[in-house]
Amino acid sequence: MVHVDGRGLSSSLIQVRGIDKRYRRGGEEIHVLQGLNLDVDQGEFVAFMGPSGSGKTTLLNLLGGLDVPSAGSITVAGDEITNMSRGRLTEWRARHVGFVFQMYNLIPVLTAFQNVELPLLLTKLSKAERRKHVETALGVVGLSDRMHHFPRQLSGGQEQRVTIARAIVSDPTFLLCDEPTGDLDRKSADEVMSLILQLVKQYKKTVLMVTHDPVVAQRADLTLHLEKGALVEAGALAGGAV
Amino acid sequence: MKFRSLVFANLFRKKIRLILTIGSFGVALLLFGFLAVVRTAFGGGIDVAGADRVMVISRSGFIQLLPKAYQERMLRVPGVKAVTYQQWFGGVYKDEKNNFAQFAIDPANQRKVYPELKLPDDQWETFLKDRRGAIVGAELAKRFGFKVGDHIPIKGAIFPGTWDFNIDGIYHGRPHQDDETQFWFQWDYLQERVMEGAKGQVGWYVVRITNPDDVVNVSKAIDKEFANSAYETHSDSEKVFFANWVKQFGNIQFLILSIGGVVFFTLLLVTGNTMAIAVRERTAELAILKAIGYSDRFVMIFVLAESLVIAFIGGALGLAAAKGLTLFGNPVQGVLQVFYLPANAIVVGLLATLAVGAISGLLPALGAMRLRVVDGLRRV
Repeated sequence: MVHVDGRGLSSSLIQVRGIDKRYRRGGEEIHVLQGLNLDVDQGEFVAFMGPSGSGKTTLLNLLGGLDVPSAGSITVAGDEITNMSRGRLTEWRARHVGFVFQMYNLIPVLTAFQNVELPLLLTKLSKAERRKHVETALGVVGLSDRMHHFPRQLSGGQEQRVTIARAIVSDPTFLLCDEPTGDLDRKSADEVMSLILQLVKQYKKTVLMVTHDPVVAQRADLTLHLEKGALVEAGALAGGAV
Repeated sequence: MKFRSLVFANLFRKKIRLILTIGSFGVALLLFGFLAVVRTAFGGGIDVAGADRVMVISRSGFIQLLPKAYQERMLRVPGVKAVTYQQWFGGVYKDEKNNFAQFAIDPANQRKVYPELKLPDDQWETFLKDRRGAIVGAELAKRFGFKVGDHIPIKGAIFPGTWDFNIDGIYHGRPHQDDETQFWFQWDYLQERVMEGAKGQVGWYVVRITNPDDVVNVSKAIDKEFANSAYETHSDSEKVFFANWVKQFGNIQFLILSIGGVVFFTLLLVTGNTMAIAVRERTAELAILKAIGYSDRFVMIFVLAESLVIAFIGGALGLAAAKGLTLFGNPVQGVLQVFYLPANAIVVGLLATLAVGAISGLLPALGAMRLRVVDGLRRV
């Protein structure tokens, strides 16, 4: 279940309560998110849509512990992340969050294998164990035969699949995808979306995705719109269970 | 060690830039190496000068002669163990450019005063019996291909005419310490052809004393012995004597430190700029590393490590090149008697290059450490 009225169950995987986010830009204060509430259960696939500047990426950054809200709280799997120090937040991200970005953001001088291995270097896994995990992740995204290729030797769709492999290799609690198909052609975008759906259906992953593309958003279990700093369900009134 | 591939992969991101940066360190450290060689050459005599030796010259100056009769009187000064004398000859071998130090020596006492300079006894015995005999240093022998038994002519400058010598022996000093470029011959042979006014006179005395702690007292006692005579003396420890000798060439130490300082400062600016560019180019990648769980401190160390590795490789190559060139022999024999890069200079060079690497990488590393993930990702 997904709630945007702040009345979700305490057992929800992600609980967002009344978060505000304000920026100062050129002396002007911008109030991006205003008392936003969100509850997401394990295994949900939620898409966020909204016009440019509506705060979609800001929301994703807050949920991923990359930024801190001006007010309110975010609790993920029982951990309230809003009061964590920068160091603890970094450790928390390594354990709980898998990121997929629009521009892939692979390290160009590392092979697909080495890129996917990056999160595992922070763990105590042995070299052999890391190899096994990386091979499994690359197998899931269908790139076992490209593991020793550098990003420049891969197509855009393949690069994004490597990014997804990197996001899932450490088996995070949830995935945050920021415009994962924004830089891809339709065919590649379909492949990437099928892969994300597979992660949700087959591996029970929780996925929160920002997109501009209504076709892509339709693949999610639920699409939420960001309007005036709060979330509303597409075609429904804000504040209800969805 | 598991992060090694991450550091090294980033090093090779821009190969030309890497080569140029390593090259900057290499050239700077090569220059440092040569400066260290020059410093060692000038300062080496001071460092290894015998603590138990006193140099006695004329109070009027180094080129004024002293009576040979002073030797017996010096031996009577308390604390004196042995006394020998020498005289500068100043000739050339075959050609004007073949300069090296030739000394007319006192064969009876030379080895008592310079026990560290070794040669086989049979060679020394031959030399003692041969009025035209000569002993040459191992480096000098190597330079001109001199062998025991060779007959060589030396053209005199101070003492005109051609002087014939027989090479009777080759001496060796302590490696990288003693001057092995000298040419010794018998003072008696010199006396055969010197002008009347110079007969019975020597250039300077070298006195070996019983207790090195008494060097000042013995020096004073010697000078007092000859005070108010026609040939007053000036005595100093060998260390002070060499230090004064080096001072004649100017403040070599200051010159070397100044050049070295400018070189390292320039290197700091160049590599600092390079590292700043290198880090700025991959701001987004550093943000990604942080996003997936790499700590601020890790990212800082990661950038610093890159800078240190570049500095170390460049510095090591430069120092290795400097060391390698000194092993090919001394290209300026006659100017620098000792031509080698000492181990402590290599260590100092490596520490200096690592310091430059650390300082040049520090600001970019701190910037990387402070980078907020959301700011870094905006630069994609």
